[in-house]
Amino acid sequence: MSETATHLSDAIKFNIQIGDALTHNVKPLLHEIKHALDLLIEKGTPSIIDLRSIPLAPGEEEKILNTLGQGEVQAQLNALGLSEIVETKYAGVWIITHYNDEQHVISRFIEVTTMPEILCSQTEDVMSAYSRLTLDLADNP
Amino acid sequence: MTNSKDKTLQDNNGLEKTLGEMLRSQGVSRRSFLKFCAATASMMAMSPAMIPKIAHALESARRPSVIWLSFQECTGCTESLTRAHTATIESLIFDSISLDYHHTLQAAAGHAAEEAREAAMKENDGKYLLVVDGSIPMGNPGYSTIAGISNYDMLMETAKGAAAIIAVGTCATYGGLPHASPNPTGAVSVGELIKDKPIINVPGCPPIPVVITGVLTHFLTFGTIPELDDIGRPKVFYGKSIHDRCYRRPFYDKGLFAETFDDEGARKGWCLYKLGCKGPTTYNACATTKWNNGTSWPIEAGHPCLGCSEPDFWDGGGFYKSLSMPTENITQTAIYTAAGAAAAGVALGAMNKSKKNKAAATHNKTTIDDLEK
Repeated sequence: MSETATHLSDAIKFNIQIGDALTHNVKPLLHEIKHALDLLIEKGTPSIIDLRSIPLAPGEEEKILNTLGQGEVQAQLNALGLSEIVETKYAGVWIITHYNDEQHVISRFIEVTTMPEILCSQTEDVMSAYSRLTLDLADNP
Repeated sequence: MTNSKDKTLQDNNGLEKTLGEMLRSQGVSRRSFLKFCAATASMMAMSPAMIPKIAHALESARRPSVIWLSFQECTGCTESLTRAHTATIESLIFDSISLDYHHTLQAAAGHAAEEAREAAMKENDGKYLLVVDGSIPMGNPGYSTIAGISNYDMLMETAKGAAAIIAVGTCATYGGLPHASPNPTGAVSVGELIKDKPIINVPGCPPIPVVITGVLTHFLTFGTIPELDDIGRPKVFYGKSIHDRCYRRPFYDKGLFAETFDDEGARKGWCLYKLGCKGPTTYNACATTKWNNGTSWPIEAGHPCLGCSEPDFWDGGGFYKSLSMPTENITQTAIYTAAGAAAAGVALGAMNKSKKNKAAATHNKTTIDDLEK
């Protein structure tokens, strides 16, 4: 089945020619990231860009992701579906992709920060962990 | 639909749990909740800077009762809603509302279903959210009835105790297809009948799934209605025209247009304006939110926008020719725009609107020739 599907997807091509002429949004977005990095360096202020709020032509999102590339850190989060947190080759610029249970992308953000908030242990979870560990120790003295 | 799970939705004092309490009791971590809030902000087309505010508001949100009425409609809006693609996130949203009546989705039928509606109205008087899809026939009440009750009577009765009304789909918001000339059933929109309640119009044929859930979530999150435009649509989703947000807009500015569906311009992804695109006069979120899990949208697939979120779009003079054949020289107009005369674009939009209104008056039908043009 998967082999047939592969052949079919090879046979059916969308007749859209993706070239530089269609990539009007890539450069302005990269400039926005540069400004956000400047803000992070100068004032320590993090920024978030929602990639789903920008009108992108076919292939533009891939081009942005390819341009930013992959850096030293890649993390996976298993919470309400998978999330991928990847530092790009530009330190401080992170791509955060949230998926649902069906592996569909539900949101994708570019975060310009030293550490994305979602990677940090959350105070409420730490408190809950303390309570659970205390109970576990009481149950198994 | 009320079920046994509702028992877990009450705290020890019998009060309804807040969404935050409910999620914690289900073992949802704070980190998961933050992910949920990030996806919610994106879904509601809000700035990521709003994520902490959404988190705070959702923490204390309580579970509203929702009554959904379907009148003269094709069920496309419900089909759209149930295909909202953020399955995990949506399930949390829908777990956190009490959908007490929706005759397409509920298990109960007949008297039991109507009793559920009446009970929800009584228990939540003044607080429930009323969602309506479909237009209301005023020509003869017998054109559309539910359990022997005319659409008009059911709407007026149910609207009385509603905190707010969400009209979903172009039929409920502006009359839609049933309202198209010659409007045989005398179809009207919700807004034409209800004048004393806040109404949020969520047009589209159908509306984008996450726009429907985004509006529901906004109400759930903030307990208020979002900022609306002059025809009742939430500005976060309908504030910009398709044309303004279209990735093909630079080709319009350069005067590069597809002339047919298979010419060089079509293959190169040029502007579809001459093929009848209603993007300049249509306000919706398709260009950014897209359809089918964010895969694509009509213009990306090579088809002009039909303008389905606008009033009277069926009577707009033909899907494939109204705006594509302006009386002015289009290339010249595009040159003005490319030269930086933004006003020319505005003027063109106004001209198109005027043409559309004229076409609506004469009900210029789309023919096979139009489709084959």
